[in-house]
Amino acid sequence: MFASCSNPAVLDGLPWLMCYLTSGKHLLFYASFGTVLLLLAITAPLALLLGFGGALAARSRIRPLRWFGKVYTAMVRGVPDIIFFLFVPIAMDQSLEWLRSRVYCDPSVPVRQGNEFVVCALAKLPRADAAGWVHQGYGFALAVVAFAIVFGAFAANVLSGAMAAVPRAQLETAEAYGMSDRQINRRILIPQMWTYALPGLSNLWMILIKATPLLFLLGVEDIVYWARDLGGTKTSTYAYPHPDWRLWYFLVILAFYLMMTWVSQRVIDRVAGRLSHGQATLAGEAMRRVAVP
Amino acid sequence: MNQCLQDIADFGLRSIGIGELTLSGIELTLCRQMTLIASGLIWNIYFGVFALAVGFWMATGLALAKSSRNPALRRPAEWFIFLFRGSPLFIQFFIAYQAFVLLPREGVEVFGVIVQTSWLTRAWAGALIVLILNTAAYSAEIFHGALRNVPKGDLEAADAYGLSGWPRFRRIVWPTMLRLAWPAYTNEAIFLFHATTLVFFSGFPVFRQQGDALYFASFIADRTYNPFVAYPIVAGYFILLTLALITLFGVVNRRLNRHLPGAAQRLRYRPNIIR
Repeated sequence: MFASCSNPAVLDGLPWLMCYLTSGKHLLFYASFGTVLLLLAITAPLALLLGFGGALAARSRIRPLRWFGKVYTAMVRGVPDIIFFLFVPIAMDQSLEWLRSRVYCDPSVPVRQGNEFVVCALAKLPRADAAGWVHQGYGFALAVVAFAIVFGAFAANVLSGAMAAVPRAQLETAEAYGMSDRQINRRILIPQMWTYALPGLSNLWMILIKATPLLFLLGVEDIVYWARDLGGTKTSTYAYPHPDWRLWYFLVILAFYLMMTWVSQRVIDRVAGRLSHGQATLAGEAMRRVAVP
Repeated sequence: MNQCLQDIADFGLRSIGIGELTLSGIELTLCRQMTLIASGLIWNIYFGVFALAVGFWMATGLALAKSSRNPALRRPAEWFIFLFRGSPLFIQFFIAYQAFVLLPREGVEVFGVIVQTSWLTRAWAGALIVLILNTAAYSAEIFHGALRNVPKGDLEAADAYGLSGWPRFRRIVWPTMLRLAWPAYTNEAIFLFHATTLVFFSGFPVFRQQGDALYFASFIADRTYNPFVAYPIVAGYFILLTLALITLFGVVNRRLNRHLPGAAQRLRYRPNIIR
């Protein structure tokens, strides 16, 4: 990156370290922290949306919809989430390729041939001639879908619990005022449930943060990938030879995650304070007592 | 049918290195897939049971330390809990493995005795240590919360009976703490068993293809290019394992609550999906 780094072999000490830490691969490593944040930024709203849908479906009057909601919310209880992370991307990939193969390929050729899953070149996703970033982006998109489905189920659980926790009397009052089901949902149920949902949702956010290293298992070039790549022993054929430094790289990642969870906890505590304001709960009562001596 | 029984005999203990050892050329029938994944479950149960058994006692100590007024006890406990609850288990596995690898191969000399260290890099020991520390931190937070909710009246009653120190803790505080913490602790146990699937997907290498249930499931899915059989099998096994855990912990819960009116009823397990 810097002109003085053109020949690292002659450098020593601090300049060497400066050049080492600004090498091209390290810049990719730093950028991969952005990948993690991007995943969080896309997944969190998506999961919340799915969770919202799931929770409303579980309360629905239409029976099949209610069953679907219940199964979706119950899905994650007994099964480790990592199974979903391994299963969903490959299942999605195969389903999409199968669908495309029905359109683009000769339908008389079976897709499953013994232990092989074969589709013609046209149906491959992404196509073999696609650019590198398309492959990366496709892998990332599959990861986002897997995360959103799993965390959507978690969120649906939290939100349906929160909806059940809104005091019945409030909903009955709304009915007495002549509001329709829709109006009750929109004006009373949804605004009131947040204070009950917050502890669960904040926990969920923490778990989501701590689940992001699993991106590595899905083949995305995330921080774990780069930490292993950069930290591994580099022989003298490399520009910057060094012994096995993976431990140090992982300690950096550890610090990153500790910082993320610590900052999140501070923010959550603030939001919790704001949401309990004026609520008929223990926390709200405590705030009222402080305000009115 | 007989073929399947033969497969169970051949592969049932494959994950701990007993029976048919090579997996490279064999045909993966449904029966073999189910047997292999079930044999992998031995590892999940091993990790889960031992981590819980040791982590439980550590967690009790940590919870007491965190509730202590003495900062010399409280601070380290708080830091330990923050460290293990604030970072991903996945990263903890990686760090532990890398740290264990850095230990000298020929062993470390402690007080003139050479202590072997190479076994620490193997999953059965290294990953178990990480899981113990991890579950200790999570359980300690649960126990700490329960400790703060021990009814004041119970403690006053203990004082009135002249109980203090160790007898008071052993006979009043600890049972009450456990009783209050048990539903949440049940949840933690379930999550710990789920977390054991991470072991062979993080830093710890699989030794001679002796992996856990998820390792075999992903091995089969990679080999057959078919995720729709192996993963549902392992998911089914874990649902059964979860149900067994809930039953087992329900029995303990009944015993912890047996002095309370209405304790005869079953544990109303409200599944908490979040650790």
